[in-house]
Amino acid sequence: MSTVPRFWRHIPQRYNLVGTHCKNCDEYYFPPRTICPTCRREARMEDHKFGGEGKVVTYTTIYNATDDFKRQTPYNLAIIELAEGPRLTGQVICSPSDIEIGMRVRPVFRILGRDGDRGIIYYGTKFVPA
Amino acid sequence: MPAGIVSYGVYIPRYRIRAEEIARVWGEREDMAKSLNVIQKSVPDIDEDAVTIAVEASRNAVRRASIDPARIGAIYAGSESHPYAVKPTGTIVGEAIGVNHELTAADFEFACKAGTAAVQACIGLVSSELIDLGLAIGSDTSQGAPGDALEYTAAAGGAAFIIGREDLAAEIEGFYSFTTDTPDFWRREGMAYPEHGGRFTGEPGYFKHVTSAARGLLDKMETGPEEYDYAVFHQPNGKFPERVAKRLGFSRDQTEPGLVVPWIGNTYSGSSLIGLAATLDVASPGERIFLASFGSGAGSDAFSIRVKDGIDDIRDRAPRVRDYFEDVVHLDYAVYTKHKGKLRL
Repeated sequence: MSTVPRFWRHIPQRYNLVGTHCKNCDEYYFPPRTICPTCRREARMEDHKFGGEGKVVTYTTIYNATDDFKRQTPYNLAIIELAEGPRLTGQVICSPSDIEIGMRVRPVFRILGRDGDRGIIYYGTKFVPA
Repeated sequence: MPAGIVSYGVYIPRYRIRAEEIARVWGEREDMAKSLNVIQKSVPDIDEDAVTIAVEASRNAVRRASIDPARIGAIYAGSESHPYAVKPTGTIVGEAIGVNHELTAADFEFACKAGTAAVQACIGLVSSELIDLGLAIGSDTSQGAPGDALEYTAAAGGAAFIIGREDLAAEIEGFYSFTTDTPDFWRREGMAYPEHGGRFTGEPGYFKHVTSAARGLLDKMETGPEEYDYAVFHQPNGKFPERVAKRLGFSRDQTEPGLVVPWIGNTYSGSSLIGLAATLDVASPGERIFLASFGSGAGSDAFSIRVKDGIDDIRDRAPRVRDYFEDVVHLDYAVYTKHKGKLRL
C-alpha cells in the first residue's frame, strides 16, 4: 500500500498533464519542476495544464511485458513531444502497424495499471492517433 | 425555476463484436442478431472501465458548452459496473474534469436507470438553487455470463448531462417515476455476472414499469404521444423499445433517431441517455422529446423535454453519438474474452 500516497501526489499530472511554466524564460516543464534550472532565483513558476496534443518522437512496441501489462501486449510505448515543447513517455493506443514517428496524437483517459486484485486502480493519460 | 440540459457528452468504446460471432461460439441460431435487432455490441478496451468512460463522456459535455468545471456543485455517477465496491466513481470524474472540489458527489446504482436517477437528483438541486450546475452520468461496462442471453447485448458506453438553469440546450418540463420491488434481474455482492428471470424481465419488468411511468407522465403533463417529435426508451435490445413505443402510441419515426442499440448494444446506465443524446444531435429548437428509462429491480423514469435555442450553439462542439459508429474495430470471440477479462490467467 506504500504506492498509494505516491500515486495520489501525481494525480494532477497523470489525469490532466499538469506541469509547470516559468514566466521568466517562457519554458514549460513536464513533469512539473519547482524551480526553473535556467532562471534559478529569477524563476517565476506557475502551474500549467498541457493540452495533451503532440507528436510521436520515437517509439517501441512491447511484446514481452511484465505480469501487470502482459494482457495488453502488444502495446506501443512512445516518447511524445507536447505542443508546448516538453517530452514525456506514454502509451499510444493503436495497432503496432499504424504507429509511426511524427504521428499526431491526442490524450485519452485510461487505466494505467492496478495494484493487484485488492489495491487501487491507477488512472491517467494515454494517447491515441489524433 | 425551470431546469434543463446545459450540455451533454457521450463516449462509446471503439471495439465491437457481432451477435452472429457470439452465436457461432455457443451454437445458437444464426439469426440471433435479427431476433434481438442487435447487430453488434460495443466492447471496452482492455484499459477501459465505467470510470474512464464516464470521464470521456463528461469531458465531452464540458467541452461542448465550454463549461467552467468550477461551476459544478454535484456529480452523481450512475453505473452497475463501478470498478470499486467502495471508492466513488464521481470523485475520479471530478478530478479528471478539473472541478474546484467544492461539490457533493455520490455514486448511484439502479441497474440500467441509475443515469436518469442521477439526472433527477441534479434537477432537484439545480431548480431549488442549491447548486449552479450538476453533472449526471450513466456509464457501464456491463456484464453478461459466457453463453447467457445477456452476452449478446451487454455493452459498454456512457453519457453525461450537465444540468442547470440558464443557457439551456433543452428544458426538462417534468418527470414522473414508477418503482416497485420486482426481482427481474440482479447481481449479488462479489458475483462476476448478473442473474435474470428470463422472460420474467419482459412483461412484469420492462413493459409494466415503462408503460406505467410513461402513462403517468403523459397524464401529469396533459399531453399525448402525438405532441412529441421524438421518443426514447431504454434499449435492452432492439425489440423491446419498439414494442413499448407502439403500445404507448408512439410511431417508429419518433423513436428511430434515438434507437442506437442495433449498433452498440445495451450500454445499461448509458442506454436511454445515449438515445437521448442521439436525439439531441438532430433535434431542432422547439421540438419535444419523450424519454423513459428502465432499471431492473425495478423502476422507470419518464421525462418530458423541450429543445431550446441553445442546442444549435453547442451541438457541433463535441462528437455526436453516430460519430462513434464510424471507424470501429470488430473483434472475434477470443479477443473479446481478453478485453472483457473473461479469461482467468
